[in-house]
Amino acid sequence: MALMELKNVSTYYGNIQALKGISLSVEEGEIVTLIGANGAGKTTTLMSICGITPIRSGQVILDGVDISSISPHKIVSMGLSQVPEGRRIFPQLTVLENLDMGAFLRDNKSLIKADLEEVFELFPRLAERRNQAGGTLSGGEQQMLAISRALMARPRILLLDEPSLGLAPIIVHNIFQIIKRINEERKTTIFLVEQNANMALKIANKGYVLQNGAIKMADSSEHLLVNEEVRKAYLGL
Amino acid sequence: MIHKNLAKELAASALQMVWFIVLLFPFLVMKVSVTAGTALVRFRWGSLPAIAIVSFIASFAWGRALEWNSHRGDKEQKRTPLTPIKEAIAAALARKPIRRVVLLVLLAAVAVYPFALGMYHTNIMITALIYVILALGLNIVVGLGGLLNLGYAAFFAVGAYTYGLLWKFVGPSFVSAGIATGWLFWIALPIAGTIAVVFGILLSLPVLRLRGDYLAIITLAFGEIVRMVLQNSGPVTGGATGISLIPRPWLLGLKLPPKQAATYIYYIVIVLVILTIFVVRRIEDSRVGRALEAMREDEIACEAMGIDLVRNKLSTFALGAFWAGIAGVVLAAQTTYINPDSFTLWESIMVLMAIVIGGTGSIPGAIGGALLLKLLPEYFRPLAQYRILIYGVAMIVIIIFKPDGLFPRNRKKYTFDAQATEPQAGEAQK
Repeated sequence: MALMELKNVSTYYGNIQALKGISLSVEEGEIVTLIGANGAGKTTTLMSICGITPIRSGQVILDGVDISSISPHKIVSMGLSQVPEGRRIFPQLTVLENLDMGAFLRDNKSLIKADLEEVFELFPRLAERRNQAGGTLSGGEQQMLAISRALMARPRILLLDEPSLGLAPIIVHNIFQIIKRINEERKTTIFLVEQNANMALKIANKGYVLQNGAIKMADSSEHLLVNEEVRKAYLGL
Repeated sequence: MIHKNLAKELAASALQMVWFIVLLFPFLVMKVSVTAGTALVRFRWGSLPAIAIVSFIASFAWGRALEWNSHRGDKEQKRTPLTPIKEAIAAALARKPIRRVVLLVLLAAVAVYPFALGMYHTNIMITALIYVILALGLNIVVGLGGLLNLGYAAFFAVGAYTYGLLWKFVGPSFVSAGIATGWLFWIALPIAGTIAVVFGILLSLPVLRLRGDYLAIITLAFGEIVRMVLQNSGPVTGGATGISLIPRPWLLGLKLPPKQAATYIYYIVIVLVILTIFVVRRIEDSRVGRALEAMREDEIACEAMGIDLVRNKLSTFALGAFWAGIAGVVLAAQTTYINPDSFTLWESIMVLMAIVIGGTGSIPGAIGGALLLKLLPEYFRPLAQYRILIYGVAMIVIIIFKPDGLFPRNRKKYTFDAQATEPQAGEAQK
């Protein structure tokens, strides 16, 4: 059984239909990526899964439970955590306070502490800056903080929305390596929404191509990487 | 180089002087007197040089001040003659025995205040301290939660009227049963707090999805609605005439003469202020407090972290309203008379101004701001007619030179302490 499954999901902003019956599935332990151009509905898909933008029809199933009408904060407690688009860290809170907010729903302090150390091991830069206000970090560091903050909830599935946004190529490369590491070492399932199709497909097992609010293609990432259409439209080759 | 700059600045000041002369000419030079249907214009040319000199000096000084302000971050200018004194004070306060002595002296000063200065000053101080409670309460909503609330006076009114109405409708049965009416104050305190909380939740329900300007408008309307309702339900609230002869609290079943009663209320309000500071500090340092701050910074990120925004907003408004309700009861007891005019939009703005001047989100800021705004006008009565003007100028000066407020918040460094609590068996969400 898939860990997360979308069945015919439609989402509207007022009268405008942003998602036109999307179906996809993510197996436990996989990295699955959703690629697409600007305005294809990538972020909407993510927000629909999290319950922040409620869906109008269809089903979002997490571990066998329909979560489409459950409020966002409860979904987080069910083991789904997201790194929102544009990082959205809390600029006036310190790095440590940001991370503590990530663990908001947990109360076992020693386990949180262990996770904190694990996260600092993953991103040593954050450990150096633990008492610095989040807003004073560089773009790459903020992205690291956003990922760490989501990890602090100990999710079973981590949703990432364009982690490469506005970052230098070398840093993007780093971030993607770490995403892969999180998947391998922590056995966290990852659902990655990306515009940088090349990078995303290289670390993913499976990919979906989203166009105008509908899934246009679904295949293993090796196949998508060599697919003529994808190469032309999304890889710029 | 310096001369060139100076000449430039002088020229700019001269230009502003001309501008001021033109601007103020109709007000300060021309004087129109209307007698028997004909208007007579008199020109007071004598005041022209005064305008010129004052505006020239003022604009030159303003330019220098702005110049100084823009270089304030520079290292060599960071050290002012005051710096060593400040450092010495900070070093002294950092030592525990000295801090204890300072605290004791402060406490002693607070304790002897009503005896040393008499009833007039005690009453002024009570009013100021009521504002301190209000400012601390609003600080939770605006400073921590980032929700601009312009209807805060409504909760203040709810508190005051809870006591007033209790007196009006329950008081007579107290009198006929022979129970001291002074007890009503103590009964009113928790009831008023509770009712204010209920009103806080009522207000927060329609504004759950609003932020910024919209939130400000709705809360403003809420404040006015509460005042209008109080004003127009005459049979119950006494309408515009309000409720009078509200009893002051009695000391152990003993009715006190006004002077002693003022002293007694002073001590009560001091205890309430200390209680408020204690509670607000606890909130600020807790995870709930940080969640409120997180909500101020980014609502979507909050939802993604599993923070329940609805509960967060409800508790913010409720917590803020509670202290306003308590402050309202004290106000009713102190003045023994309440009417809707004491709870206008102006009151809400005053409290907000106290927070902004003191430093948004800072506890010393809320206290300092409220004391300044309430005490200074009392002691500068002769300038009363310029009060609004002075407020305006003060606000501009503070926003430019001290954007974080007079007593900005010194964020406590958050340290993660795993030893603080015993590890619990099994985690909630695992």
